[in-house]
Amino acid sequence: MIQRFHSAVLLMLAAMLIAASASAQDKQQDKLKAVATISIIGDLVKSVGGDRVEVTTLVGPNSDAHVFSPTPSDAKTLGAAKAVFINGMGLEGWITRLVAAAGTKATPVVVSAGIKPRQAEEGGHHAVDPHAWQSVANVKIYVANIRNGLKKADPAGAAVYDANAKVYLDKLDELEREVRDTIQKIPADRRKIITTHDAFGYFGQAYGVQFIAPLGVSAESQPSARDVAKIIGQVKRQKIPAVFMENISDPRMMQQIARETGAKIGGTLYSDALSDAGGPAATYLDMMRSNVRELAKVLAP
Amino acid sequence: MLYDALIGPFLEFEFMRRALVSTFALAFGAAPIGVILMLRRMSLIGDAMSHAILPGAAVGFMLAGLNLFAMAAGGLIAGFVIAVGAGLIARSTQLKEDASLAAFFLISLALGVTLVSAKGTNIDLLHFLFGSVLAVDDPALLIVVGIASVSLVVLALIWRPLVLECVDPGFLRSVSRAGGPVHMAFLALVVMNLVGGFQALGTLLAVGIMMLPAVTSRFWAREITGMIGVAIACAALSGYAGLLLSYHAGLPSGPAIILVAGALYALSVAAGPVGGLIWLAITPRHLEA
Repeated sequence: MIQRFHSAVLLMLAAMLIAASASAQDKQQDKLKAVATISIIGDLVKSVGGDRVEVTTLVGPNSDAHVFSPTPSDAKTLGAAKAVFINGMGLEGWITRLVAAAGTKATPVVVSAGIKPRQAEEGGHHAVDPHAWQSVANVKIYVANIRNGLKKADPAGAAVYDANAKVYLDKLDELEREVRDTIQKIPADRRKIITTHDAFGYFGQAYGVQFIAPLGVSAESQPSARDVAKIIGQVKRQKIPAVFMENISDPRMMQQIARETGAKIGGTLYSDALSDAGGPAATYLDMMRSNVRELAKVLAP
Repeated sequence: MLYDALIGPFLEFEFMRRALVSTFALAFGAAPIGVILMLRRMSLIGDAMSHAILPGAAVGFMLAGLNLFAMAAGGLIAGFVIAVGAGLIARSTQLKEDASLAAFFLISLALGVTLVSAKGTNIDLLHFLFGSVLAVDDPALLIVVGIASVSLVVLALIWRPLVLECVDPGFLRSVSRAGGPVHMAFLALVVMNLVGGFQALGTLLAVGIMMLPAVTSRFWAREITGMIGVAIACAALSGYAGLLLSYHAGLPSGPAIILVAGALYALSVAAGPVGGLIWLAITPRHLEA
């Protein structure tokens, strides 16, 4: 008797759950399901897509795309997506296999398409530097690619995407002016910085700041004593005023270099991932402003 | 010229001095422990431990965020639980120590990966927690030197029963009840040295300095005091020569130090006076039936 009562309750619970999830699905059905690989691209898709698009990000805030390992729920999200946005340039080595495994119908939109890639030279071997979003000019191309991708996936919303993209592009113009103005105020011979991994090549190229990254492009490789000695020598010789941490790297090596050279330790720079919603870099625009502010604070004489 | 090559780097750069001091401290603390581990056939505990502390580090991360102290403390607690748990089970059932350690470490690793994934972060926690010999800051230096000092004192205190337990546990049990507590104290030392070493200098270096000089010493001495002396000297020499190699040849420092220790090991296997291959080949064999 008790047994039967239990199974009845279970059945009821199961029915309620199914009903609940079905109604939740109904509500979201009208939105275009889009997936972005990293939080920065997710933010851009959100800005262009507005209310018509529901964006899921695979590598969340404060996380490192270099060491991402996908879960079944990521594959499920991808499988249901109507539009997939990836950075390309070799940043997400895992994405092709994941897309194939998830049975996604949408072909991934490579948002960096059309950008002239920067070659990173570290330790003699060449690799494409994937961190193109560190230059605002590149992000304008990102936004155009995202707009076209959304229009293709959802032709009915074309006008909305065009309008949103235009508004956002204006904001990017304004951001770029701000960045240039701030950097201009720093004397040219002080625009030199050490960071943990080489993620700011595009920023340096676009705005005339020299970034030196002791640990190379990947956060994985280990430096030799000679590398560290060379950096310390360089900091002393060129009088590099500051070293910076990033939100996703181990700070101890930077602290060692700062201690030994007397360079100032700057605040946190955001390179590959946004901060969470409460942080100083919750959106791409905030991230760039926060980075430039931190740079100006330490480099100003 | 020679002076510039052998001493200059340490005079010029503070990070080289810090690296040298921390590897010397590790040599004094960890190498004797490695000798005893080898004699007890627990040589692989270091590798197991480097994975087993993940759940502790993950809990530390959940409670305090990316805080080295919290994560190291969590790792230390997880390491103690595993080592002592495995030791207790090995003593009270028929399971051997290495087998029960294997079970504990696998469970612990799975638990750790689950915790990290449940939190939904993609930062490689252990990569963050494990330090580098080139980036030894004041707290890390204090940890390494402090652990080495504590290890030497505790080893001196428990020395007689510990050695007895290595060579003849049955005899120790017949004359004293100290075997169990001594074994647990020793396991605590092992965990402390490993986790402290991981956090300050990285896994490869902590495990390598503990075990490679210990197995090398087997080819140079017949009794345990001599082995420990050789192990410490060998570990310190590897640290010094490895750092120089890393400095002059541009090799990553941790691996360079361990490669030097590995070269000493290979040399000893070939030419060590106690059971080295060359000596075995040239001394006439005993008559065999």
